[in-house]
This record gives sequence, structure tokens and C-alpha cells, in this order.
Amino acid sequence: MGEITMYRKSKDKYFIIMLLLIGSIGMLLPFFWMVSTSFKPANEIFNIPPTFIPKKPTIQNYVQLFREMNFGIYLKNTLIIALFSMLGLVINALAGYAFAKFQFPGKEKIFYLVLATMMIPGQVTMIPVYLMLNKMGLTNTMPGIILPGLASAFGIFLFRQFMATIPSELIEAARIDGASEFRIFLQIILPESKPVFAVQGTFTFIGAWNSFLWPLIIANDENLYTLSVGLALLKGQHGSDFGLQMAGSTFLVIPIIIVFLFLQRYFVEGITITGIK
Amino acid sequence: MKNIIRWINKYKYPYLFIMPAVSLLLVFTIIPIFVALIISLTNIDLSGLADWSNIQFIGLRNYINLFKDSAFKKSIFNTVYYVVIGVPLVIIFSMFIAILLDYGKNIIFKILRLFYYMPSITNSIAVAIVWGWLYNTNYGLFNYLLSLVGLPGQQWLSNPILAKLSLILLALWKAIGANMIIFLAALQGIPKVYYEAADIDGANKWQKLIKIKIPLLSHATFFVAVTTTIGWLQFFEEPFVMTGGGPLNSTLSMALYIYQNGFQLGYFGYSAAGSFVLFLMIITVTLMQFKFKKNNVEY
Repeated sequence: MGEITMYRKSKDKYFIIMLLLIGSIGMLLPFFWMVSTSFKPANEIFNIPPTFIPKKPTIQNYVQLFREMNFGIYLKNTLIIALFSMLGLVINALAGYAFAKFQFPGKEKIFYLVLATMMIPGQVTMIPVYLMLNKMGLTNTMPGIILPGLASAFGIFLFRQFMATIPSELIEAARIDGASEFRIFLQIILPESKPVFAVQGTFTFIGAWNSFLWPLIIANDENLYTLSVGLALLKGQHGSDFGLQMAGSTFLVIPIIIVFLFLQRYFVEGITITGIK
Repeated sequence: MKNIIRWINKYKYPYLFIMPAVSLLLVFTIIPIFVALIISLTNIDLSGLADWSNIQFIGLRNYINLFKDSAFKKSIFNTVYYVVIGVPLVIIFSMFIAILLDYGKNIIFKILRLFYYMPSITNSIAVAIVWGWLYNTNYGLFNYLLSLVGLPGQQWLSNPILAKLSLILLALWKAIGANMIIFLAALQGIPKVYYEAADIDGANKWQKLIKIKIPLLSHATFFVAVTTTIGWLQFFEEPFVMTGGGPLNSTLSMALYIYQNGFQLGYFGYSAAGSFVLFLMIITVTLMQFKFKKNNVEY
């Protein structure tokens, strides 16, 4: 009896693995086709039947990305945005800390106001923010791209939830020892909050790496384009050069997958946290 | 005076700490809502941007014109279509895959989980371009695969009916990963005693699935339904890159309509009015979430 159920269980398991494997072909096929096409020379791309592995692999498409398409500049801009988004993380952490560990008049009301901003879709604020930045002369500038995205209500919320679990005695003891409030934040709160920083840092970096709509609106000058905006431009200019398009796409997708492979744990944690709220 | 100084000293740190983030949110999220409401009642466009004296208060005319515009009505129809077809598909697929992935814990299942998760972190623009190539009528991989099984090639992105479904398929592929993780977390939270009790009662695996797993996933299902609905309501990058809203506005989403009118045509006031209609739809869904949250399944 026991053996039969064991046998049945492992038979089920193989069936499920087979099913999942078939499905994952569908999930991975676009990635495979993207990478494969990106290494094909122009004449091989339009072969029928198509070659799955490039017969004469070439890196010409990638060279063209950087020689003719300014992908170097787009990369630099994207990394600048990513860097400043990390500063945004610290700003959110500071606010989260105050909401978690201090008592002050109006605290509840301000916190609810912060939470309420999560319900506001980007489509509503993008037009007034554009007009405001235009009045301040910040359209088509890096600060104009970076500033509106620095603070995040959801980030503040997550920091607050986590920091509320840090023992208050730790903070009190440091205060008695005469540490300044800023020092307490830097030397006690930040190190204690490493896990939540890791989760949020990963997601913030990916968000910055993928940033598209706002830079598209604010940047008129190609020198301020991010990778995503540059890639959309490439698609418009080289509509039938699929090798070049796939090389550009690979360049945006593969680094994130590599980051993901190293930091997998934080991704799963991050999504689970958002799911539980 | 002394009291004020004492008050300031007592509270200056928390206020100092929240100031940067809260003032940024105030300037870039809260104030803009009111600005948007005001400009949606004006005729501000590119000439108004150059010289404010060109701006006139026109009451609700933008809203009236929106609902006279067949393209806007079409974009509402399409957006609702995306929600009605897209949301159930995302729920069914991510729940189904999560239940299968929950079956084992060994390395094979971990790798498979990784495969299903990968599309969800990738860049929307890049994957839209990759799928555009897969959908290519003459040289695309999909039409080649169809030809292998003797089927005729499809006009994936230029047939008005098929184009919407093609975009939904791509967005579904991308949405499975994150939602599947939410279902997996919920599945792992179901106490073992439930299955043990069912075993004693002689329940088979289908009964366990239908009577225990799926009902106890209702909280996660609801969360996925709400966030996915809000996501589909804001559907933008895929139609922007792949079809530009065409053919014949058949893939035009509300978010794309708002973007085109605001930033390509410069009708800021008109576009702000459109964004308020979208806002109203999103707020309705969000408030529904709060209302229904009270009747959760407890375990």
C-alpha cells in the first residue's frame, strides 16, 4: 500500500515536472530568440527556415549600438538615475524611521496622506508636473528627470513597517550615551535595516534601469535619453533592422537577469512583502 | 516664546527626517492632483504654455469633448477589454503554475520557478520589441512555427481583432512571474493540518485542490485581481512600442490616448481631463478593494 502511493506520488511529480518544462519553453523562447537574432549577420536574419543557432555569429550589431547609436550615453544617463534613486532610498528610510520611532503632532495624518499618494496614478500627475517643471526651467534637464521619482510612498511604508520592529531600547541607550539623532540613524538604524534595504535597493535599481515614460516626456535632447527611451527611438529609426533591435534589447534585458540570479532571494522576499500588505 | 523653542527642540528631528520625502511627495504628487483638476477645466495647450494669457477657463467643455471623441470612447472600450480578458487569464495561469510549482521543493522546481519568474523583471520596452519581432508577419518566429504544423501565417499586429489579443498574450507572459510568487507564498502559508484532516476523511487530490487550496487562496486571488486590474487600466508601453494604438485605434489604451494628446499634440488641458476619467476608474477599483477586504477567508 505504502509503496503504491509512493509510486503514484513520484509518477505525479514527473508528470508535473514535464508539464512545467513544456510551459517554460514558452517562457524562455522569446529570450532565446532575442539573443540568437542579436548575433546574426543581416542576411541570416531573414532566412527561411530561420536558423536557431546563428551559423556565422557576429558581434557587429553590438558594435553598431555603441558606435552609431549612442548607447554609451544612454547607459551613463541610466546609471546616473540609478545612483540618485539610491539617494531617494535614504530619504524614504529617514521618513520611515521618523514614522516608526518618533511621536510628533500630526504624525498619523501625515502618514495617511503619504499612503494616499499610492492611489494616484502617474497619468494624472504627469501633465501638471511637466507644466510645473517647464515653468521652473527644469524640462530637458537631469534634475527634472530625477526629482519627481525620488520619494516613494510605498518605500516609506515598507521602511516604517520594518523599522518599527527595531527595539527602542537600542535607540534609547545610544541617546543616553550622547549620540546625536543623525548618528543614531546612520550607525544603528541603517545597519539594522540591511534586509529591507537589500529588497528595496534591488527593486529601486531595476525601476531606474527600466525607467521610460518620465524620461521620454522630460528629455528632448538625445544626450539625456535613458536606455529604454533610446531603444524605443532605435525601433523608430531602424524599424527593419531586427539584428540591431535585438542587440539593444539584449543589452537591456541580460544585465537585469544577471542581477536577478545573484539577488534572487530579495526578489522573492520583496514580492511577498508587497503581497502581504 | 520659551515654550515655542522647547516645542521646536522636542520635535525638530522627526520633522527634519520626514521633510525631504514628504515635501517631494507634496510637490510632485499631491499638489499636481489639484493642478490637474484646474487645468482640465481650461484650454491650455502649447500656445498657453508659451504665454499664460492664452489660457481660458472653459468649464467642463474638455470632458464633453472627450465623450464626443470616438477615439477616446474606443480607448475606454479597449482598456475595459484588456481588463476583462487579461485579468482572468493572469489569475488562472499564475495560480495554476504556482500550484504545480508548489508540488516539489528540490532543485528542479527551484530552477523552473526561476524560468517562470524571469519575464516579469525584464524591461517592457525591450520585450515589446522582441515580441514585435516574434510577431513579424513575413519573418517572425511565430508564423514560421505555425507553418511547421501547416497553419497559415497570421497578421498578429495588423489585424484589429488579433492585435489586442497579441498584446494581451505578451503582457500575460510578463505578468505571470510576480503574481505566481504571491500565490506560492499563500500556498505555503496554508497549515498542514488541513491536508491531514482531508486525508483522514479520504479526500483525493482533486477534492483537496478544489475544496481546500483554491478557497484558501481567495485572499491572494483578490489581491492579484485588484493589482492586475489597476495595471491593465494603465496599459501603455506595449501598445506604445508595438502598434502605436493602431490598427484603426484597435489597441489604443486610455493611458496611450492621454499621452498622445498631452505630449504629442500638446493639448494639456484636454489630456488632463482624460487622465481624470482614468483616475476615477482606478479609484473605483481601489475603493472596491477596501470594501471587499472585510469578507476575507480566515485560517
